[in-house]
Amino acid sequence: MSDPKSAPVQTDVRTQEKRRSFLKAAAVGAGVVGFALAGAGPVVLRKEQRLRPPGALDERDFLASCIKCGQCVQVCPVEALHPADLTDGFGIGAPFIDPRHQACDFACDVAQCILACPTGALSYEKPGFLTVRAGATLAAAPELVAAEKPGEPLQFKERMGVARLARPDACLSVQNRGISGPARPGFHGLKRYSDVDRWKPSHVDEHPYQLERCDLCVRECPIKGAISIEPKTGADGVVRLTPVVHEACVGCGTCQMMCPAEPAAIVVDARETWEGGA
Amino acid sequence: MNRTADQLRVMCGAEPRRPEPGDFTAGAKAIHEAKRNKREDFAKIFAEEAIYARKQKWKKRRWTVLIGVNLLFLLSYLLDVQALEGSLSGSRFVGFHLVDLNSALQVMLAHKHIIMNLLIGTATIGLGWFLLGGRTFCSWVCPYHLLSELGEKLHLALVAKKLVKDHPLHRGLRVVLWATFAALAYGTGFTVYETISPTGILSRALVYGPGVALLWVVALLAFEVLYSRRAWCRYLCPIGLTYGVVGTFSPVKVTYDLAKCHHELNCRKVCLVPHVLDHVIKGRATAEQLDVGPDCTRCGMCVDVCPGGALTFKITGVTRHS
Repeated sequence: MSDPKSAPVQTDVRTQEKRRSFLKAAAVGAGVVGFALAGAGPVVLRKEQRLRPPGALDERDFLASCIKCGQCVQVCPVEALHPADLTDGFGIGAPFIDPRHQACDFACDVAQCILACPTGALSYEKPGFLTVRAGATLAAAPELVAAEKPGEPLQFKERMGVARLARPDACLSVQNRGISGPARPGFHGLKRYSDVDRWKPSHVDEHPYQLERCDLCVRECPIKGAISIEPKTGADGVVRLTPVVHEACVGCGTCQMMCPAEPAAIVVDARETWEGGA
Repeated sequence: MNRTADQLRVMCGAEPRRPEPGDFTAGAKAIHEAKRNKREDFAKIFAEEAIYARKQKWKKRRWTVLIGVNLLFLLSYLLDVQALEGSLSGSRFVGFHLVDLNSALQVMLAHKHIIMNLLIGTATIGLGWFLLGGRTFCSWVCPYHLLSELGEKLHLALVAKKLVKDHPLHRGLRVVLWATFAALAYGTGFTVYETISPTGILSRALVYGPGVALLWVVALLAFEVLYSRRAWCRYLCPIGLTYGVVGTFSPVKVTYDLAKCHHELNCRKVCLVPHVLDHVIKGRATAEQLDVGPDCTRCGMCVDVCPGGALTFKITGVTRHS
């Protein structure tokens, strides 16, 4: 008896259920996509560029090609690379270097992170279709001070950034001051000290210095000819011995890590290109 | 072939098709006919089932593998042994490149350039998961799956106490998200999906240490516990769809034997994707032996709870039909 009545009611309930599951799905889907797209925020709003590992493609291409696996992070002997957090938005999982905390000093000799990269986000040679920014390419292949055989340079072609004496007033050399003890007391970062052990990086605070005039940025720079201390005439006409960055600087950040001033007098401008002076 | 097309449609969100009278084989018809007049002794079946279910043979094996693989990533890094370096999106297994298919897709679409190592890693993983069953990745490797399973227990407990209610979503959503994230990768040049991939986030957190991103994973779990059962794996995750397609013609499948089935439907209650088990409903199976569709994660929970032994794992070319 009730059949003709109940049948349409049932279908109505089913259609309603379907409609509801569809609407809920649309809302949830929009929420998920919206949250994912919010990842554009940190990429667009970030004021300072991240310092990327050697051989990294330009930022946009790097973020496109990095598969966020962290193999580069694993091979770095000084643990200079960290995968970014969700706070980097689309850059989540992509490796960066915080040079003051731990710089890349090429203790691996070959930029092992490049060898580890499965996608070419880090590469010795850029693929042909990508443009190269003026001043990004190094004039000559970078050579390591600690090179086992002289004349065997590193294989990457473009710099990570350029060092800059950001606070000359804080520079110990400019102040004509020396250093006695560790570069940065309590700083536990890693660096290769070739004359102690060429193959095993050790902690910076285990290596005290006795210097009449601080020259750590020059002394500890891993790249040949990247930085030197030169007499420079200041605005007041006084000549002071000042660190001067040269074209060979790859932007690894070792100077920034080693600088005894707090905060560092010399810093790396990530992704910066060479414009003929620093 | 026709059945495979149907199964693919179901994986993409369609409702399973009710079989027409002409679809049934003679053997299947005969079994349905014989079962029509037979009354099942459900008390006995459930007693048997309880014994089976308690053993949880496949679940134990699966959790061991899942935890083992993820620990291997961690230990490779911690102990600096080069066994399985990297994380789930890309790794080297004793030196061989492995690249997650969905991550590879995102990178290829965003970067529009494919280097040899990426191709090798992607092909290796593609072949590997084709052989192992496609979505096998989900239930046997993905760390989010494990958390989600634990969340599901909590969800079901809350449902039993009538504190929460499951809200099913339309299953077509996953295809839409898959296409949306593929289009976004291509259009924006960013691997947009990786931003929210709980698989990638958890794998990296395990190997490299936790971060803020885990809050997103917690939010997803909370959503599943409080609102919609297993929502991420069921309705949302594009990785699942990618591996589902890869496993469509895989030799590793769960297979169904109509004659042994009691139609008590316990398998559908434990299944992550019950739409692949539509044919276990009484009168629906069109043949005596039927393989379960590609959306199946080969988790083996149905095999564990099946009192008649009607659902079993099968490897085409290896397993003989009994």
